[in-house]
Amino acid sequence: MSGYLTGVLVVLAFNVIAAYAVYLPLAAGQLNLGIAGFMAIGAYASAFLTNEYMWPMWAAIPLGAGLAGLVGLLIGVPVLRTHGIYLAMATFALGQVISAVFLNLEVVGGAAGYPVTDYAGPYVVYAAAAGVVVLMLLVSRTRFALCLTAVKSDATVADLLGVSVRGMKVAAFALGAAVAGFGGGLYAHHYSFVEAQHFNVLLSVFTVLYVLFGGTQTVWGPLVGAAFFTLVPELLRASDQWRYALFAVFIILFMAVRPQGLVTSSLFRLFRRKAEAA
Amino acid sequence: MLAQQIVNGLMLGAIYMLVAVAFTLAIGVLNFLNFSLPGLFMVGGMLAFGLMKAGWPFLIAAAGALAAAAFVSLLVERFAYRPMQGGDPEVPLVSSLGFLVLLENLMLIQYGSDQQAFPALLPDLNIRLGGLVIGIAQLISLALSLGLVTFLSWYLSSTAGGRRIRTVAENRETALLMGIDISRLVPQLFIASALLAALAGILFAVNYQQVSPFMGEGVGFKGVAAMIVGGMGSIWGAVLGGLVIGLAEVLSISFIGADVVNISVYGLLLLILIVRPQGLMGRAASREKL
Repeated sequence: MSGYLTGVLVVLAFNVIAAYAVYLPLAAGQLNLGIAGFMAIGAYASAFLTNEYMWPMWAAIPLGAGLAGLVGLLIGVPVLRTHGIYLAMATFALGQVISAVFLNLEVVGGAAGYPVTDYAGPYVVYAAAAGVVVLMLLVSRTRFALCLTAVKSDATVADLLGVSVRGMKVAAFALGAAVAGFGGGLYAHHYSFVEAQHFNVLLSVFTVLYVLFGGTQTVWGPLVGAAFFTLVPELLRASDQWRYALFAVFIILFMAVRPQGLVTSSLFRLFRRKAEAA
Repeated sequence: MLAQQIVNGLMLGAIYMLVAVAFTLAIGVLNFLNFSLPGLFMVGGMLAFGLMKAGWPFLIAAAGALAAAAFVSLLVERFAYRPMQGGDPEVPLVSSLGFLVLLENLMLIQYGSDQQAFPALLPDLNIRLGGLVIGIAQLISLALSLGLVTFLSWYLSSTAGGRRIRTVAENRETALLMGIDISRLVPQLFIASALLAALAGILFAVNYQQVSPFMGEGVGFKGVAAMIVGGMGSIWGAVLGGLVIGLAEVLSISFIGADVVNISVYGLLLLILIVRPQGLMGRAASREKL
């Protein structure tokens, strides 16, 4: 495999992991605009463990993910008191504060960045991304996923039917944060370098963009959205400086024609019917 | 020293104030977090710069930039806002972000990604008051911003047009039943918020004498923060929020360091959202936004 293709696929793998981190809370109707902050927690925590305590990577990255999830849980409880746009802005502010704290934390290099001694090769990254996708597919078949959809569709009815709305929201938020932390930890160990500036608001916002573009009705949407957003600008590389402008025009027109996203449940039904007819 | 920093903070706050009011119009009336507004802010500054470079005098260049921003905002209304009515509330956010990316890249192609120097219009015209130095250009911007906001507040509270806008904000269906022509009112609101954002961009360029294709991002997000700190949907809340955010930014830069700006500005936002989600001057939310 050429170095270029490997590079693109690794970026794709990271984007897929981040997309599912956004998808989980969004499946319960919460827009998390601070995903980059949780990625930063996972990245810095796991890098710190491998650098300072000589932990092996396979233990440090999950622990970083767990820590990001824990922060998500602790912060999710007060923040999830807010709804809708207030919640979106609270998560947005949270992401900004977390990255800014790491930017000022001298023990992990501050603004100069933090080199990581251990290295995760491209195949580790692919396998991890595939693992996240499989895990999400499994989760999507459980009762938990059904509860999330119920909370999103109508919180009042879900509450009346005995679903703990608040519990579901906090769980989805914390799980999403853990997935983001996992992606961040992996990122630190693949590129062998972490800098707080990478985990900025645009990273969060663009990840939300992939997910909404792919569609939030099914578990496949984030995967398709992340793949599309990573690969199409590469294909447009021939047109060089116009590619992002063309891409933006395409997004605008696409969302105007198909606001529900690329992959929807009715699309799945259509395919299934065709398969049955054949 | 402290007094000087407070003056600087208030001047910066005047810019945030205009952006916050632009956001608050879109959110309060249309329920739309319009992420193209940072792009329109940038269009204001960059196009004014570009047209002046092409030899236009400042006032005509500024008018051209404002007209362009208004036109782009009509496109945003047509392609990002109108098709999304009745759909998922997050979706217009995606398309308005698409416009932000598009505008930034068009400017990048035209003028390059570097920071450009905006010509000084009122060179070295300062008022010295005691130990304080106050730039005339900055003073004019502050007066202009406050004047515009006062006018807007008066318009909304005391004219027939303002009453129509408030009716739509209160309840869209009722407004329709009362015979308000929403399909005409909505584009007008888009133009108004675009003009406010683009004017803020021009004032920013004049005051700080620099423009770049990405100048809208930082200011735009701080404008959103200012809107929420002050109270979403409240014009005077946006004014207060803008001044508070501007002060917090300038004071933390000069007393602690540039790297802590995001901690103080967004920490303030987070604190307000947890302690008093409706903002300093907002009424408690009676209905869901977004």
